[in-house]
Amino acid sequence: MARYRLTVDGKPVTLNAAPEMPLLYALRDDLGMNNPHFGCGLAQCGACTVHLDGEPVRACVMPVSAAAGKTVTTIKGLGTPEKPHPLQAAYVAEQVPQCGYCINGWIMTAAAILKSNPKASDAELREGLAGLKCRCGTHVSILRAIKRAQGALT
Amino acid sequence: MNRREFLQTSGALVVSSSFSFEALSQGNPSLVPGELDSWIAVMPDGGVKAFFGKMDMGQGLDVAVAQIVADELDVGFDRVEVLMGDTATSCNQGGASGSTGVSNGARLLRKAAAEARRVLVEGASNKLGVPVSDLKVENGTVFAGDKKTTYAELVGGQHFNHKVQWNGKTGNPMDIQVQAKPKPPAEYKVVGKPLPRRDIAWKVYGTGDFVTDVRVPGMLHARVIRPPRAACKVRGVDLGSIKGIPGARVVREKDFVAVVAPKEWDAVRAAQRLKVDWHTLDGAFPPMEKLYDHIRAAKVTKRAEEVKRGDVASAFAKGGKLVEAEYEWPFQSHASMGPACAVADAKADRCTVWTGSQKPHFVRDGVAKLLGLPQDKVHAIWVAGPGSYGRNDAGDAAMDAAFLSKKLNKPIRVQGMRMDGTAWDPKAPACVHRARAALDASGKVVAYEFLSKGFSRQHIATNESDPADSLVGLATGVPPKGTLIFGVPAESYGFENKLLGWETIPPLVEEGCSPLRTSHLRDPVGPEIHFGSEQFIDELAHAAGEDPVAFRLKYLTNPRHAAVVKAAADKAGWSSLGKGKGIAFAERGGTAVAVVAEVEVNRETGRVWARKVTVAHDCGLVINPLVLRQTIEGNVVHGLSRVLFEEVRFDRNSVTSIDWASYPILEVQDTPAAIEVVLIDRPEVAPSGAGEPTIRVIPAAVANAFFDATGKRLRRAPMSPERVKAALI
Repeated sequence: MARYRLTVDGKPVTLNAAPEMPLLYALRDDLGMNNPHFGCGLAQCGACTVHLDGEPVRACVMPVSAAAGKTVTTIKGLGTPEKPHPLQAAYVAEQVPQCGYCINGWIMTAAAILKSNPKASDAELREGLAGLKCRCGTHVSILRAIKRAQGALT
Repeated sequence: MNRREFLQTSGALVVSSSFSFEALSQGNPSLVPGELDSWIAVMPDGGVKAFFGKMDMGQGLDVAVAQIVADELDVGFDRVEVLMGDTATSCNQGGASGSTGVSNGARLLRKAAAEARRVLVEGASNKLGVPVSDLKVENGTVFAGDKKTTYAELVGGQHFNHKVQWNGKTGNPMDIQVQAKPKPPAEYKVVGKPLPRRDIAWKVYGTGDFVTDVRVPGMLHARVIRPPRAACKVRGVDLGSIKGIPGARVVREKDFVAVVAPKEWDAVRAAQRLKVDWHTLDGAFPPMEKLYDHIRAAKVTKRAEEVKRGDVASAFAKGGKLVEAEYEWPFQSHASMGPACAVADAKADRCTVWTGSQKPHFVRDGVAKLLGLPQDKVHAIWVAGPGSYGRNDAGDAAMDAAFLSKKLNKPIRVQGMRMDGTAWDPKAPACVHRARAALDASGKVVAYEFLSKGFSRQHIATNESDPADSLVGLATGVPPKGTLIFGVPAESYGFENKLLGWETIPPLVEEGCSPLRTSHLRDPVGPEIHFGSEQFIDELAHAAGEDPVAFRLKYLTNPRHAAVVKAAADKAGWSSLGKGKGIAFAERGGTAVAVVAEVEVNRETGRVWARKVTVAHDCGLVINPLVLRQTIEGNVVHGLSRVLFEEVRFDRNSVTSIDWASYPILEVQDTPAAIEVVLIDRPEVAPSGAGEPTIRVIPAAVANAFFDATGKRLRRAPMSPERVKAALI
């Protein structure tokens, strides 16, 4: 067990955890957060995606020790109903999710893509979102929402 | 326990609704379908609660129910709250099942709302001293000239204490009769509008609870250890193997093994480290490459000829041009977005279970049987789960959690690892379809036969109401039951001599736990059967030298069927046919769907991309075109995933598809550039379902487009790059 300090959704937190424990369990179990989600534990689906110092990472395989001293942002910290991230606003406008369990992966990954490449083409978006899973098959509406958000950003 | 006690004792851990019967001042009718109060309540502020016994799984069904209730009651859409998934507030209408949410589910709410309006207007008539015929209702206010009263004044916060006539049935067939006559569609104001979903915001902002987020004080985290092979028994468990993991302990009952720990990561670690000595059985499964040979050769356990017209045998005996083909479809997995999770809190005399199952009432029944409790001592509460398109692993998680909670006398949260959701969910059955037809000299089809042979679609029941249908039941010695059933193509081709039938074969493992046990996955056996039958129709059109659309229109006898085929062809520009387009059509439970797929085939890589998919969809009266379109789009993508990518892999002993790498599904690179949807609205036709009909049409549309593009037939799914390349050599 070791002691780790990090910032989660703007708040400083301290954790006592085994160094190899994935960040996902620190967020969900130790901090009692609802996001992100466990999907595979293998970095194969994206349901556990958070930003670590602004970069999307898979919390299910990222050891908590690797997050020490860094800033974690979850989908809840990305925006709020009052102050939504453009992607969240677009997701609502396009009525994207069905079950919604995959949503962390798509929004957190797309947010990072749009930050570095706000005018990403359809091909660039598809490339950048590779590997993410959505079992309800909402991919077409996900792409619509990202393009709507691009419109709002530019 | 009655519903008032339930609502008092269910705790504030997960409050599935803001509704409280404490707000109601008199009476306490029990939750039975024969009471109007079991369906509709008017709150003191005039808001309306509708108690829905089916389930929305993220496709806006609850919105449609609210629209229907709003119209029948003459209240604003925003005043109607739909409560579902809680056995303490709704009757068992069967949960999510067979795309019947509107047809069998909302239909009852429609009648109940109409009856509630009738009772309220009668009450207003008495109160105001004005005949019913002189009263008008607008947004919950009843007017007669200057006089008025409101629903809230009439019954707000009170029970109706009014009987409706229940047909005595439970689940999908549940029905009620009422005195009131529901409105004709011409009077609808809310039905037909593209109103938005109510579960979007909390999902997008991460502010709500999934079932994985349910936390009960004092709960332990559990992981169930599934056997490494089918049908194995436990010889021993090495308790020392998890020594040192804080609070971790093993629970074993016969061949059921689980670990629990106060911290989730510790439960995961314990599950990874635990050494179990399994008595393994060799060769429970046939070699995977011999699967279809196995099916062809297997003993037939049941045969049904569901459509039999004319004299097929004589017609074939007369000769003519014979066309024959066989089509093969593999086992497929639900592979839900996350492995299932459930939380149970069992006490000596009762149990509460939070589940993501699409049939929470049946979870209640199954848990009651498993724990030996009366049904009314079990309270099942649905909380949104990680996706559900049939009998996935959610039922097992709920039963596992209840079993462990009872055994340990503590609240238990069970969540699977990825393997539990991919390798150990009940599978859609593998099958072979044999088709043959005879054409006379003019090219007319004079004999037609389509026979499916495969594993039963209900070796494991479609719900979790019996421990015999759960892994914990099978592992602890409950004998399996299983039902023998498959299906036939749903179409109206008017061939004079026609036979549609099926045969089931024994499960690969008769007793104990098997990762290849079969049950319902979205549109059970629909994509499987129509991948064959609608390719075969194309093969006949080709043999007759006719255009696939014209050929279908020539033989379809149901005008609604013909109309969707025409609509899809028109929208997709079929007349200017280039290469790479394919059409397919089917019906499902009254809904007719035709699809035109346009594919690009990469001969180098073997990739098939459905660039554009056009759907024409007729489900009768359209209640909400917005949620309907989204539901159809999801069907399209799920269908593409199943026909192009999905195949459960296995060796002689176990399923080797254990994660997304070994069970690939469609990703965004392979998403169509465009999905066009034509909705055919028929206000005069009672609404039928949309959750599944489109998915059954997609596979054959893609396969037919592949033939159009390449001149080759792919009769085995999935149409993987390897098979494409092999076909194009």
